Amino acid sequence: MKSIAELDEIRKKTQEQISLRSNTDGIRVIVGMATCGIAAGARPVMKAFMEEISKRNLQNVTVSMTGCVGVCRLEPVVEIMQKDGSRVTYVKMTAEKAARIVAEHIVNGKVCVDLTIGAAEEKK
Amino acid sequence: MRDLSLHILDIVQNSITANASAVTVHLGVKAENSYLVLEIDDNGVGMDNDFLSKVEDPFTTSRITRKIGLGIPLLKESALKCEGKFNIYSKRNIGTKVVATFPINHIDRLPIGDITDTMITIIAANPNKRFILLLDSVKGEFKLDTEEINLTLNGVNINEFAVLNWLKEYIDESIKNIFGGVLNEVDS
Repeated sequence: MKSIAELDEIRKKTQEQISLRSNTDGIRVIVGMATCGIAAGARPVMKAFMEEISKRNLQNVTVSMTGCVGVCRLEPVVEIMQKDGSRVTYVKMTAEKAARIVAEHIVNGKVCVDLTIGAAEEKK
Repeated sequence: MRDLSLHILDIVQNSITANASAVTVHLGVKAENSYLVLEIDDNGVGMDNDFLSKVEDPFTTSRITRKIGLGIPLLKESALKCEGKFNIYSKRNIGTKVVATFPINHIDRLPIGDITDTMITIIAANPNKRFILLLDSVKGEFKLDTEEINLTLNGVNINEFAVLNWLKEYIDESIKNIFGGVLNEVDS
């Protein structure tokens, strides 16, 4: 049986790590999590982002969610808000694509152009 | 929606959009294991009677406001197709409560799905809101209240990965304890 007492141990460990972090604003990953997104599989995409970011121990990257952004046919949609305030919109996301975006875009700063909304619209 | 956990994620999104600061998700097995009851209760802005009367209709609602679209009609559909029931109660400035019941052994009843994943997703994305998960069956009951978790964490953010991983195991274990053997899809 797990108990709340274990949580106290985690608190102590985590507190030590947090003190090492800087407070500068980082990259925000925003997953569209409205009915359309959820039905298209946004939850596993968000999970993949959280897991990849935790695996790589990336600091200052937050994952959050938003409602419908209006392009339901391209869901799951993920927006990356970059440090400079600009944003990149990725469409028709999957967990595999999420892992790639974390490696290429978030870690190395190279936008995965072929997965963006621009590329998806051009194909039509 | 493929399972109940996705419906829960969807309905909780409505609560968050309605500015709720606390959302309770209650999943219980009632009446000698014959009914599964899902209740989602929030303290958001609520709806007036006029809006409430239209909210179950997918077409009138989504166009009037972005607050609710297909989420509620889809859940209603999922409940009714297995001869379950669906109700929604709301009061302006007090909150909204969605109740759906599902006969457990009906062939069209959706499986509960990954409730843990849904809870972790909403907690991680909304660390400043209070979420309560209640599970009960003849085997016992379980309550997770993020306010209690935050008290124990004493300043450490609830969406730290170490905390989320612990929460994941904690909820998974409880689902097994409460619903294992009661619902077919949960191993005991």
